[in-house]
Amino acid sequence: MKSQYLLGPIAGYAAKIRLVAGASAVGIGLFSCAAFAEDNSSTFSSKLLLTGGVTTIEGAAGGGITPWAVIGGNGTKEQIGASVFYTNVHSKDYNLNTGGALVGIYDRVELSFAEQKFDTRAVGELLGLGNGFKFTQKIYGAKVRLVGDAVLEQDSALPQISAGFQRKENDRGALLNALGIKRDRGTDYYVSATKLFLDTSILVNGTVRFTKANQTGILGFGTAAKDKYEAQFEGSVAYLARKDLAFGAEFRQKPDNLPFKEDNWYDVFVAYAPTKNVSVTLAYADLGNIVIKDKQRATYLSVQVGF
Amino acid sequence: MLRKLGFSLIALSITVFGAMVATNASAQEGAKVSDASAFKAFGEKAGLVKIMDDFMIGLLNDKRTKPYFENVDQQRVKEQLVNQICEILQGPCKYTGGAMTPIHKEMGVNREAFNALVENLQFAMDKNNVPFATQNKLLAVLAPMHRVIITK
Repeated sequence: MKSQYLLGPIAGYAAKIRLVAGASAVGIGLFSCAAFAEDNSSTFSSKLLLTGGVTTIEGAAGGGITPWAVIGGNGTKEQIGASVFYTNVHSKDYNLNTGGALVGIYDRVELSFAEQKFDTRAVGELLGLGNGFKFTQKIYGAKVRLVGDAVLEQDSALPQISAGFQRKENDRGALLNALGIKRDRGTDYYVSATKLFLDTSILVNGTVRFTKANQTGILGFGTAAKDKYEAQFEGSVAYLARKDLAFGAEFRQKPDNLPFKEDNWYDVFVAYAPTKNVSVTLAYADLGNIVIKDKQRATYLSVQVGF
Repeated sequence: MLRKLGFSLIALSITVFGAMVATNASAQEGAKVSDASAFKAFGEKAGLVKIMDDFMIGLLNDKRTKPYFENVDQQRVKEQLVNQICEILQGPCKYTGGAMTPIHKEMGVNREAFNALVENLQFAMDKNNVPFATQNKLLAVLAPMHRVIITK
């Protein structure tokens, strides 16, 4: 793994993200709910309230579409935690199924894996690829908590800050090349800052991602005309209505390098944790234009089980 | 590129250091909730007595927290907690117990036990119908105490 050698450059960007996160408190986003139940003494889970987050479509702990600085799994500084998830995103013309797992080590390091299956359904036929033509993408992620504690440091202005990367491998290289897309694999680097304002029960996250990915990598990385990393802002805001219930909104800025327009993403969500280790997230997302189909409004349903 | 990186790292260090200094300055004991109506939502002093009774029952029933409470004068701990939280909630009480740091110095509390204690406090507040948002106002004041309570 390259994480060691990546960390230096990533840490440098953390300074910027603090400014971004501070200045654009407008950030919208998702929440997290590592849950709670009437179970008074679990052997496994000992993280405080929603500190584990839900799982993003790319496998990292966070909101639904953007990673947070939290380390997933229910483990504390002395423990190792893990979670598995399954997410379905269904729009008028497309379907995305994602499954994966993550491990959180001593509340410091998070390692994750996710596999995405993007189904073009009838659009595949229109594009001459065949009905139900699918792209599969594997995502290997790692995240390190650099500083801060999003939950406990309530009298501090310092958010929890983490840096991470997501290595993405797409199985449709030949097709992507034919479309003028540079490559079928790439790596996103990001820095996230997360802060829970307990006094008002509001959680805010800001993430800056450095990426070449087209539609998160499902449509490859870079184009013949442009093969440069771009910084993209992502944000989440969540209101914790109850110990087991949160709702909020998210935003994810995306590059727009394809011949067909790529839009920023937005969603509103509600997350519910029926027990301490299970959370269910339901969201409504505006994914904009995807290839030849515009106005993709999608339902997002995700289930996560922690250990 | 390298130069940019250097500047970024310096800026990050300054930001983190500044926040830490600010934290230590504000982590003084005596912090109170900002909302004066919170005390009423807790059922005033009588409500706090009931919450602390339930809290102690929960702590003794939880294997993660039991070792820290089974051999102490529980009645006294409950009374001190009522006064401490009453004062934090802007109630007419005065906490007369010891400072947080020396009390917890030798207890060897880890993060898991601390989190378990917070959970049990939440259960006790739930049981006594303290609204979630009001609970969080109290927890916001209590949470920074982890710095002196967690010693392991």
